[in-house]
Amino acid sequence: MITTVSGTLLAETIDDPTLVDEEEVRQSPFWDWEFAFEAFPEMFMAFLQVTLLVTVLGTIIAAVLGLVIAILLRILPKPLAWIVRWVANFIRMTPLVVQLIFVFWTFLWMDALTVGIIVFGVHYATYMSEVYRAGIDSVPKGQWEATTALSMSAVRTWRKVVIPQALRSTVPSLGNYAISMFKDTPFLLVISVAEMVTVAGEIGAPTFRYTEVFTIAGLIFLAASYPTAVLVNRLEKRLAYAH
Amino acid sequence: MDFFEDWPDYFEVVINWSDRLLEGLWTTIQLTIFGGALAFVIAIVLGLLAGSSSLWLRGPARVIIEFFRGISLVVLLFLLLYVLPQLWMRNPDLPFEGLVRNTFLLAVIALGINYGAYGAEAVRASLTTVPKSQWEATTALSMSWPHKIRRVIFPQAWALMLPSLTNLWVHLLKGSAIAYIIPFVNDFTFELNNLRRPTDIWFSHAFIGLVVYFILALILTLFMQVLEARAKNKLGRGPSLREIFSPDPKTTPPDASLPDPKDMTGPGGGPKQPASGAGAHPGGAR
Repeated sequence: MITTVSGTLLAETIDDPTLVDEEEVRQSPFWDWEFAFEAFPEMFMAFLQVTLLVTVLGTIIAAVLGLVIAILLRILPKPLAWIVRWVANFIRMTPLVVQLIFVFWTFLWMDALTVGIIVFGVHYATYMSEVYRAGIDSVPKGQWEATTALSMSAVRTWRKVVIPQALRSTVPSLGNYAISMFKDTPFLLVISVAEMVTVAGEIGAPTFRYTEVFTIAGLIFLAASYPTAVLVNRLEKRLAYAH
Repeated sequence: MDFFEDWPDYFEVVINWSDRLLEGLWTTIQLTIFGGALAFVIAIVLGLLAGSSSLWLRGPARVIIEFFRGISLVVLLFLLLYVLPQLWMRNPDLPFEGLVRNTFLLAVIALGINYGAYGAEAVRASLTTVPKSQWEATTALSMSWPHKIRRVIFPQAWALMLPSLTNLWVHLLKGSAIAYIIPFVNDFTFELNNLRRPTDIWFSHAFIGLVVYFILALILTLFMQVLEARAKNKLGRGPSLREIFSPDPKTTPPDASLPDPKDMTGPGGGPKQPASGAGAHPGGAR
């Protein structure tokens, strides 16, 4: 885990492209397979250890917290619900990059990776809460009335009747947000978390060989996100037919 | 707490730095507007191609959309920043060298391509949501392709795609913050980071940074909602802007709430009754 506490985090890891020695670039090949094979294992490890970890943990936090926000919006009295809604709007409509820097420098005792996971989780929870809200709104009114008629407790109503029905239609959208969180993970380089793109930059920096590393990074992103997107799409269609 | 005791000093610093902060804000606004404009053009072109019935148009468009959606914004930015200029370094005869060396332009292009690919999906989806009978009617009237798109299909799809485009534009505004890592793009986040040193982190990032971005995003959303209301009104599905913004709907002259004659049969449902009398609901058509 490389965490540098200084003002110019990125400048230490990635070159300024305008300061490059052009003569050196001209003499080196555009694509060097050997270098690519050397760089790949390290990048792939960073991908598995950091990028995927942040995505998975962030998604779990977002999925749970999003549901909590959606339920709070429904059960809290009006003024409190209004506050929750605007706090969620505020988090949703401000840049992840600024939030990352802000939380990182405010809670200095926290590990950069932890900051990343929490900020990603909370940011995406505000998106997911909208999905859940739509799901809860789509539960027919008759279901609510039936729980009243059966004099179910509020907890039981939510747990056994509303949430199971609301969740069903939300799964594909949650999957889409997980994919977009995955594609946002390179933002972590602003707090020097050694995720894949940061590592790619570090590998390329000493020799100004960025062609291979960033191409590999792009391909890994494509290879991971496209099949997932197709899968989510299929799931969406299947759930739509089932209704 | 020192923080609250130091408040007045911070404000002084902000006043001294206001020029730089405003410059940064202006750069962010430029990134958002130029990036958004480029994304819009790309979204429309790719969206129309991806929605076409010919496989030769649809196939390549799909590949381009999936590629630029799947590749992360940061990776795209770095590819443009570090790999693209190498072509010019190796072949000094290539034209437009100045453009590739312009980091601001590269940031705009990265934002435009990435969010344009997302937007293309929204454009395509809204084109397919336009009722099939509308397409058939244009064929029956033997309208030319540009004519039917411009006069029939697009106005309806436009109202449908605007909410998604609004979201994407706000995303683009937020995504533009990553541009601060690029040399010579001193956007708002870059200036915030400089402001962090003489002031407290809370002050520069929470109170100034996040709040300013939030206000920008709200302005964008409001602007797009106005466009959406206008688009819906043109289709005869809602009040006009004049009615929305009038302080007291009842004082508007009854003519203002009359739907445009050419919108009398909206795609939504049947012929509409023109509003009559001074007490008519501002919605008129509804």
